[in-house]
Amino acid sequence: MYAQQVESTGSQPKSLNKMNPKERAFQERIDRGERIEPKDWMPEGYRKTLVRQMGQHAHSEIVGQLPEGNWIGRAPTLERKAILLAKVQDEAGHGLYLYSAAETLGKSRDDMTKELLSGRAKYSSIFNYPTLNWADMGAVGWLVDGAAIMNQVPLQRTSYGPYARAMVRICKEESFHQRQGFDIMMKMSFGSKEQKAMAQDSLNRFWYPSLMMFGPSDSESVHSAQSMAWKIKINFNDELRQKFVNQTAPQAKYLGLKIPDENLKWNKKTEQYDFSEPDWKEFFEVISGNGPCNIERLAARNKAWDDGEWFREGLMANASKQSKAMNAKD
Amino acid sequence: MSIESPLWEVFIRGQHGTAHRHVGSLHASDAETAMNNARDVYTRRNEGLSIWVVPSNQIIASSPSQKGSMFDPSQGKIYRHPSFYDIPKVVKKI
Ligand SMILES: [Fe+2]
Ligand SMILES: [Fe+2]
Ligand SMILES: [Fe+2]
Repeated sequence: MYAQQVESTGSQPKSLNKMNPKERAFQERIDRGERIEPKDWMPEGYRKTLVRQMGQHAHSEIVGQLPEGNWIGRAPTLERKAILLAKVQDEAGHGLYLYSAAETLGKSRDDMTKELLSGRAKYSSIFNYPTLNWADMGAVGWLVDGAAIMNQVPLQRTSYGPYARAMVRICKEESFHQRQGFDIMMKMSFGSKEQKAMAQDSLNRFWYPSLMMFGPSDSESVHSAQSMAWKIKINFNDELRQKFVNQTAPQAKYLGLKIPDENLKWNKKTEQYDFSEPDWKEFFEVISGNGPCNIERLAARNKAWDDGEWFREGLMANASKQSKAMNAKD
Repeated sequence: MSIESPLWEVFIRGQHGTAHRHVGSLHASDAETAMNNARDVYTRRNEGLSIWVVPSNQIIASSPSQKGSMFDPSQGKIYRHPSFYDIPKVVKKI
C-alpha cells in the first residue's frame, strides 16, 4: 500500500515454543492486543521492519504532495484552490506524524530523508503517475485516498503504539480528502460533455494504478506472514483490494462512469465483484524506478531539499547565536 | 527558604495504547526524585503504565493573549471537515 514492498525478516514466523523467553513474552503481549511502546524490548526484526514500513509510508505522504501540488496554481475556482491547498497541507502533516513515529525507534530524520533523496527508500508506486487534467484531482481524492483509507483504518490497531496513534490522527483527516475528491468527480461527471469525458479519462488512467496500491498478492509471502504475526500488517493485500473494488464499483456507477475493466461484474455466488488484476509487470517497473514520473518526483524532492539548505543552516546559526547571547547574559 | 527545588510536569500513560496525558506537576530536586515522587503522588491507585516527567521551564506554552491570532485562522476553513461536502445518501462508504 503506502508501504508496498516491506521486506520483513525473510523467514517464517517462529512458533511460540521455538522462541526464547524474551521473544515469547513479546509475542504474547502482541497476541493479547497490547501495544508495544518505544522503550519496550523488541526483536531486532520487528524494529527494522517497522522502521522500513513507517519510512515508506512517510515518504509516500511527502512525495504524494507533488501530483496534487501540480494543480494548486491552476485550480478552477478560489474555493477549489483553498481545498486542494488544505489537502496537500494535511499530507505534509501525515508525513511528519509518520517520520516522528519512526524516530521513536532510533532512526534519525536526516537518515530517512537521505534514503528518500538518494532513491534507496521506496514510496508508493501511485505517485509516479502524472496528473494530466483537473479531474485527476477528483480521481486522486476518490480512488487514491480511498485506497489509502482502506489500508490505514486497520493500521489504527497495529501493535506499535506511536504508529497506531499516528494512524488515528491520519484517519480522522483522510475522510475530507476522499469526499472532496468525490465532490470534484460529481461536478465533472454531471457537468458538460467535455467535463464528463475528462472524468472518464481520469478514471481510465487511475483505476489500475489504484489497484496496484495494495501491492501484489501476498498470501504466500513470508514477509507478510511475519508482519501479520507482529500485527504491523493486518490484512492480506488481495483482501483489501477486493474490498476496495466492492466499495468503488457502485460509486463509479453513480457517477455514470465506466471502470475500464471488461471483466468487472457482480458475482452472485461470492457476493463480491470479479475484476481484472492490474499489470504487475508495470508495477514492478514503477516501483523499481522506471515509472512515468519517478525521475521527476525525486528531482523535485532533491531540488526542494537543496534549495532549502541555506535557510535551514541560517536558522540553526541564528539559534546558536541567540543561545550564546543568552548564556553570556546569565 | 534558600533555593526552591525545580518544578516538573508529570505525564502518565494510563492504559495500553494511549498517549501520555498531563496529570499535574510537582517539585523535586532532580529527575530521579521527580520520577519517584510522580509515582508516589500520581499512580497510587495503579493509574499508570508509564510516566514522563519534564522540567516545567522546558515547556514552551502558547500565550492566552495570542489565542485569537493562533487559532482563528483555522476557524474559517470549514472545508477541512468531511461534512462540508454534500454526498448523496445513495453513495455508500465515502
Ligand atoms: Fe495520503
Ligand atoms: Fe495522507
Ligand atoms: Fe490523504
